[in-house]
Amino acid sequence: MLLPLGSFGVITLVSFLGLTRDGSWSPRYSGYLTIAAIFVAFALSLWALDGAIDADGARVGFDGHKWVVVGELDVHIGITLDGLSAIMLVVVTSVSLLVQVYSQEYMRGDGGYNRYYAFMSLFTASMLGLVLASNIVQLFVFWELVGLCSYLLIGFWFYKDSARRAATKAFLVTRVGDLGFLIAILIIFSETGKLGIGDIHEAAIAGAVGSTALTLFALGLFAGAAGKSAQFPLHVWLPDAMEGPTPVSALIHAATMVAAGVYLVARFFPVFAESDEAITTVAAIGAITAIIASLLGIMATDIKRVMAYSTISQLGYMMMGLGVFGIVAAIFHLFTHAFFKALLFLGAGSVNHATGTFDMRRMGGLAKYMPVTFWTVFIASMALVGLPPLAGFWSKDEILSDAWDDRPWVFVVALIGVFLTAVYVGRMLFLTFGGEYKGGEESEHGEPGVHSEPHESPTLMLVPLVVLAVMAAVAGLVNIDDGLKTLIEGWLPRESEELVTHGGFQWWIALSSTAAGLAGLGVAWLVYGARVVESDRVRHIAEPLPEILENKYYLDWLYEEFFVRGLVLGGAAWLLSLWDRYVIDGAVNGVGTVARWSADQARLVQAGQAQLYASVMLIGVVGAIAGILIIDPK
Amino acid sequence: MLSLAVFLPIAGVLAIVLLPKEEEHRAKLIAAGVSAVVLALIAFMFVDYDRDRAGYQFVNSTTWLDSDFSNIKLKYAVGLDGLSLPLALLTAFLGLVSVLISWRIELRPREYFAWLLVLETSLLGVFSALDFVLFFLFWEIELVPMYFLISVWGSGNRVYSAWKYVLYTFFGSALMLVGILTLGFTADTFDIRQLARIGDINDAIIPTWAIFTLIISAFLIKLPIVPLHTWLPDAHTDAPTAVSVILAGVLLKMGGYGILRMSLSIMPDVARDASIWLAIIAAVSILYGALMTLIQQDLKRLIAYSSVSHMGYVLLGASAIGTVGLTGASMQMLTHGLITGMLFVLVGMVYDRAHTRNIADLSGLAPRMPFIAVMMVVAGLASLGLPALAGFVSEITVFLGTFEKHEVMTIAGVIGIAFAAGYILWTIQRVFWGAPDPRWESLVDATAWWERGPLLAMTAAIVAIGIYPAVMMDLFESGVTPIAQRLG
Repeated sequence: MLLPLGSFGVITLVSFLGLTRDGSWSPRYSGYLTIAAIFVAFALSLWALDGAIDADGARVGFDGHKWVVVGELDVHIGITLDGLSAIMLVVVTSVSLLVQVYSQEYMRGDGGYNRYYAFMSLFTASMLGLVLASNIVQLFVFWELVGLCSYLLIGFWFYKDSARRAATKAFLVTRVGDLGFLIAILIIFSETGKLGIGDIHEAAIAGAVGSTALTLFALGLFAGAAGKSAQFPLHVWLPDAMEGPTPVSALIHAATMVAAGVYLVARFFPVFAESDEAITTVAAIGAITAIIASLLGIMATDIKRVMAYSTISQLGYMMMGLGVFGIVAAIFHLFTHAFFKALLFLGAGSVNHATGTFDMRRMGGLAKYMPVTFWTVFIASMALVGLPPLAGFWSKDEILSDAWDDRPWVFVVALIGVFLTAVYVGRMLFLTFGGEYKGGEESEHGEPGVHSEPHESPTLMLVPLVVLAVMAAVAGLVNIDDGLKTLIEGWLPRESEELVTHGGFQWWIALSSTAAGLAGLGVAWLVYGARVVESDRVRHIAEPLPEILENKYYLDWLYEEFFVRGLVLGGAAWLLSLWDRYVIDGAVNGVGTVARWSADQARLVQAGQAQLYASVMLIGVVGAIAGILIIDPK
Repeated sequence: MLSLAVFLPIAGVLAIVLLPKEEEHRAKLIAAGVSAVVLALIAFMFVDYDRDRAGYQFVNSTTWLDSDFSNIKLKYAVGLDGLSLPLALLTAFLGLVSVLISWRIELRPREYFAWLLVLETSLLGVFSALDFVLFFLFWEIELVPMYFLISVWGSGNRVYSAWKYVLYTFFGSALMLVGILTLGFTADTFDIRQLARIGDINDAIIPTWAIFTLIISAFLIKLPIVPLHTWLPDAHTDAPTAVSVILAGVLLKMGGYGILRMSLSIMPDVARDASIWLAIIAAVSILYGALMTLIQQDLKRLIAYSSVSHMGYVLLGASAIGTVGLTGASMQMLTHGLITGMLFVLVGMVYDRAHTRNIADLSGLAPRMPFIAVMMVVAGLASLGLPALAGFVSEITVFLGTFEKHEVMTIAGVIGIAFAAGYILWTIQRVFWGAPDPRWESLVDATAWWERGPLLAMTAAIVAIGIYPAVMMDLFESGVTPIAQRLG
């Protein structure tokens, strides 16, 4: 079983290498090759999932391969296949497959078609590598590689200034979190001398690591996870990342890569479960993120940004789930979210295809022009709000009941989050699909299109939408009899498994979350649907909140202007450059002036033959040594 | 065979010098041929080196200077072990690269290529010398070609920069010479192998720590560390491209190599006490260098300052005084040599075409020169420590090796790589991805074989080491293990 699993990476990498050779290579082939490779990977993932189910989610062992072994440092790379990674494999490959099919149409005619599929293949391969990694250093390697792909794909249209900036910002902000990850690796290595993920779990449970070190380790990991999963205060890069092509946003910035942070925390759940401080931090950050992001979602006018904030907030939910020891609920939510959020993004892409804009103020009335897009997006939206019996309802309900079981304050926050989610989802639906059509704009690719009459997208784009809509509707049922429970928990050491919260289904929780969702939709309908309440009046009452939201809590300003431009570039670096030029070089030039006298003597020689100069120098050095040898008293 | 490899470039120099003036275009062919043969010889030794039997191999040794007044013999002794062999390979590789990328040199080509070959001999000599005095001789000879290459074929304020370089190095060399002589006469030998076996000597006329300080000063200047680094940006900026490549790729490694081979290995007791100071100096250099890099406006200066920062990791790894840290440090020397060498090649190509290195003037070059842009992205990502490329392997090994001993300094080093991401990505964003500028419409991509060949070879090496580092790592480990044992 090792071989086919290893071939995931190989197949996609081969396609990656093949793609970079263009020339007679028709761009369409790149797409076919990528789709074929990912399809095989998908089939293999199902097989792997089957194996994991047979093993009740426990780890199916594989031997590692030596990567770096130096002294006490031992990095063996290998494969971890268990219930958790099997689920992730299926999510990654299935969403990736659908997105690649969709992209065939969406990216048609784009000059960077080859490059697009090459990066997408590399991304899928890296993401699979991340999920399967058995060693924390190996995990970090793929962690950075998916970050690289994200960087390259956000900046895909590099001639756009905003895309360039967004790409750099994404890389730098996530890297700040990655510093924490890296330091965590250093801490655990110096404490235990081990880097294998299983070894780290054992050490943590056995109490072989000091509690402070363990907490710092967990917090470092969480810093990395917060960067990648766009958790407060490192969430600022994700909305800007929407500069990339829309299918990229669907795959990387909604369904898979951004969930890697959640996966990381889940993977190290045995460690987090041992540290009260760490797991509380996870819950708190998740809660803060869920609320602030959904508030931002209510203000955004760009449909992709609304969804970006929604993604941030839903990732916050997953973190909250982990924070209340609800690993099953969190991964379940990750699973359902991947489908309905990818669908929402692809739907946004479809809308853009028709109208040429992402600005919701220029849309409207699209339900009658694009029925398939509308109905699929509608299903996904209701799943996002969490209305029964759609997928989101089951997973969100599980997080809520786990929260009630473990930390009731998280439950309250989560319930407020449901309401806010429903508000921005309702607003998005009413602005985009309700009312009258308002004209659209030039397309994302820059070619001037006529968008006076929006039209439904081509079949190749609609098929993935429909498939995802089916998943968004029914994916929640897989866990209705706790089918995922054994799979997600099976690999955990017994000590950690006992800590997992199982809130169970409770009618009053299900009803209250449904009620909160409906209330939110109702508010959205009052303001944006029926327009009974003027949005300006709401705005006026809520002052100064809207202004704070429009400035995104001033975090961009704080980071870019204050920290980077002010403190680092303007302050420290500028002072150092003065120091460099005047103090150090001043001293050096002073010495130089003294030496110039002798330099003037040397200049006589310099004018002559270079070889002569060289031999004089050589003879001088040898002579000096010989002289010392002779003079030496011994 | 090793002696042949070391002195073959000198034979090449003679051949070039004997060329008649009208045949001077052949100088580059001779230089390329000679450096290719040297590379082949060292590559053969790399393959032939018996990894199971660590220690010096390919040793040539004869007594060279025998004094009646003292029982000290000066030896000509060369040999390679796991530490020096990869560095010698790097030298030979970059030697060939530097000849190839100088293919269009018009000004006095005979002398230019002759000096490049002299430089190659002196560098190979430094890495293979087994006698401290011989080491010092090669160390000094290197100054001569560097001085002329910068001051004649350089640009900008080249004479000032060349002098600054020479003065700085001379200053360090003088201190080192005093240290070497005191050490050698006290121990009655200059043989590096014997000195290492003897360990710390305590009966010198000056305290051992003073000898340690004298000797390591020269290495720290060469590395360079803050605040002894200001020669580096000037020398880099004004040197011709090929010399920048050698300077960043190999010359700085003389400092790191000296620290490992001489300072740590010969005076382990002092080194152990000094390790915290080395770690502090390293952390300061890393952060200072990185901050300075962030505000540079000249592409070459930018990479020069990033070298100050990256060489700090070498010192940081050395300060760990354990096998992992030392392996990381030596690995960092190799990977930095490849990566920064490649960056300088690329910047040189941009400068040749645009005749400016000012970042503010350059913009949107990627559509004009896609090959150079792709290569720049690869080298840049390697430089900022992206996994699966060479730089990451050495950096993480340094961190893992050092953290246990110097936690705070290691964290400072880790922060340095966040700055690295900043300066690399901002530079690429501005220079290559910016809005196309009509001024650069007519620029052409790198198409010649002597431009593409070296770049592709360097990329291959960077990717290969990044994906399967053990091929170099094991060798370095065998080289530093004896040093670590003496320290431990």
